[in-house]
Amino acid sequence: MRHLMILFALLTLLLGATFWVTSLGKVGIYSTFTYSDLLHSAWAHFKMVFIAVVIATAISVPLGVLVARTVFAPLVLPVIGGANIGQTIPSLAVIAVMAPLLGFGLQSAIVALVIYGLLPILRNAYTSIKSIDPAVIEAAQGMGLTGIQIARRIELPLARPVIMAGIRVSTIITVGTAELAVLVGGEGLGKITLTGVFAQEPLIILQGAAPTAAMAIALGLVLELAERRMTPRGLRIEPESF
Amino acid sequence: MIRLENVTKVYPDGTVAVRRVSFEVLKGELCVLLGPSGCGKTTTMKMINRLIPMTDGSIYIDDLDNATMDETKLRRNIGYAIQDVGLFPHMTVGENIETVPALKGWTKAKQRKRAEELLELLRMRPHEYIEKYPRELSGGERQRVGVARALGGDPPVLLMDEPFGAIDPITRLELQNEFLKIQQEIKKTIILVTHDIYEAIKMGDKIALMKEGQLVQYAPPADLLFRPKDSFVAGFVGADRGLKGLQLIRTKEVMWKSPPTAHPDEKTEAARKRMKQYGIDRLAVIEPDGKLRGWASASDAQGAGRVKEITKISSVAAGRNAVLSEALSLMLTSGSDVLAVVDQHNRLEGVVTFKTIQETMREAVQRGASQ
Repeated sequence: MRHLMILFALLTLLLGATFWVTSLGKVGIYSTFTYSDLLHSAWAHFKMVFIAVVIATAISVPLGVLVARTVFAPLVLPVIGGANIGQTIPSLAVIAVMAPLLGFGLQSAIVALVIYGLLPILRNAYTSIKSIDPAVIEAAQGMGLTGIQIARRIELPLARPVIMAGIRVSTIITVGTAELAVLVGGEGLGKITLTGVFAQEPLIILQGAAPTAAMAIALGLVLELAERRMTPRGLRIEPESF
Repeated sequence: MIRLENVTKVYPDGTVAVRRVSFEVLKGELCVLLGPSGCGKTTTMKMINRLIPMTDGSIYIDDLDNATMDETKLRRNIGYAIQDVGLFPHMTVGENIETVPALKGWTKAKQRKRAEELLELLRMRPHEYIEKYPRELSGGERQRVGVARALGGDPPVLLMDEPFGAIDPITRLELQNEFLKIQQEIKKTIILVTHDIYEAIKMGDKIALMKEGQLVQYAPPADLLFRPKDSFVAGFVGADRGLKGLQLIRTKEVMWKSPPTAHPDEKTEAARKRMKQYGIDRLAVIEPDGKLRGWASASDAQGAGRVKEITKISSVAAGRNAVLSEALSLMLTSGSDVLAVVDQHNRLEGVVTFKTIQETMREAVQRGASQ
């Protein structure tokens, strides 16, 4: 519970900073962005992140689960390895490569974000299935549960919290990476931050960066609560160990 | 009830895990598959519920070829308990036990009633345990729930793979004893896999001893001990087979029923005479209410006086269902060559002497050798 309070305090601080800069109206020779600019960029940012994470999830979860099955064991290394390599390339480079490949525009930004957001979800989906005690699956088979019943009643409930954690991490990363989307023709809060960078005006950088950080924290919180709700009671950690 | 005919398992790489194994387990019998690790006992068991497909041969359950049966239906009618238990961690104890009943489409009320019955059967208070999660249970409790879950759908057949393996020796002993009692009530046809010869002797009506994928000997425990088919069996049961055999016989089978006793208030003179008459040097001293008080020995009974004055108070005694190994152990620790056998109210039922045990064992070994 304590880390929740710290995050809430941080969230308030970041939003406060955003409002403060916006309320200044003018810094040096530059005008700050208006509330309506801010709202519009934040919404565009959120949409981009949302679409990218949904696509990344739709690809990673089935892939991770599939790869975790022993039958597909030979595929494990290339897939996880490939995703790992993807993660080591700087996000800026991934985004930069997309422009010549797919042209300028939102689609390039989203493809880059999806590639970048895949790994945490994929890795967690894979581990979540792999970490299920084989005895549990053997017992289920021995009792006459069908493959589908095992997936639905045993594997999914046990894997869900770990998969959700992967989605949360991926979302937080994507909120940050999406700052760069503006470079390939995307929209979002990156527009404000980069304007500040080009103008060499720290307060305008803050006007874009603070709400981005706030969004990452807020989405992280929402997803963490969802994760807790989805954790079956039998797996929950006792409150005192928090 | 369960009949294996030339059951064979060959893995794709050519390894023969099980080679032409045939035996039959009768209804209500507990058959132990015994052998060193890698002998194919678990593989053999898993071919019965088709967790492992067999390469050749047939398995009949109630004269039905298991290869022709629907896999899930087959398994729902065969209870399955394994060493690592594999309780579903996200389900309560109740939900775990209700798994097969739910799959079989029983009503909610009937499922819950079944779970309560089974917890009761395994000596776990239903109201205390039914809503608990597996992580809240001790190792022994998990094993019990595992067995209860295997019995959930009231299957006629039970497969158990080292079900008492992963727990401490004391709890294991307790569970084995309880399970034997339970089996007397439920009379399931059971195949139990173990590498522990003591467990096999204790639990099995019959033992199938396997080696390198082949069935070496299929016989009741006493035959395995005293009529080993070859040197492998003799080696496996060990040079201390006489001692192991003590586990097969219960005190009630060999005890001296209604032996002469002494009364605390009678004269030592009378007691001494009685000892002489029976050719023994010790008498159990019994209270008027039939309870065991202790022992009076001939050497102390020389003078006058009452028996109670020379009685050595002792509460060391065995139950009538104790096996001879326990009786012998009690004798050795109490330093006496006679042991009282009492009922649950500490009333004397008989006595077992060291000599009785010795003779019983010698007889068993000779009987084995002469056949």
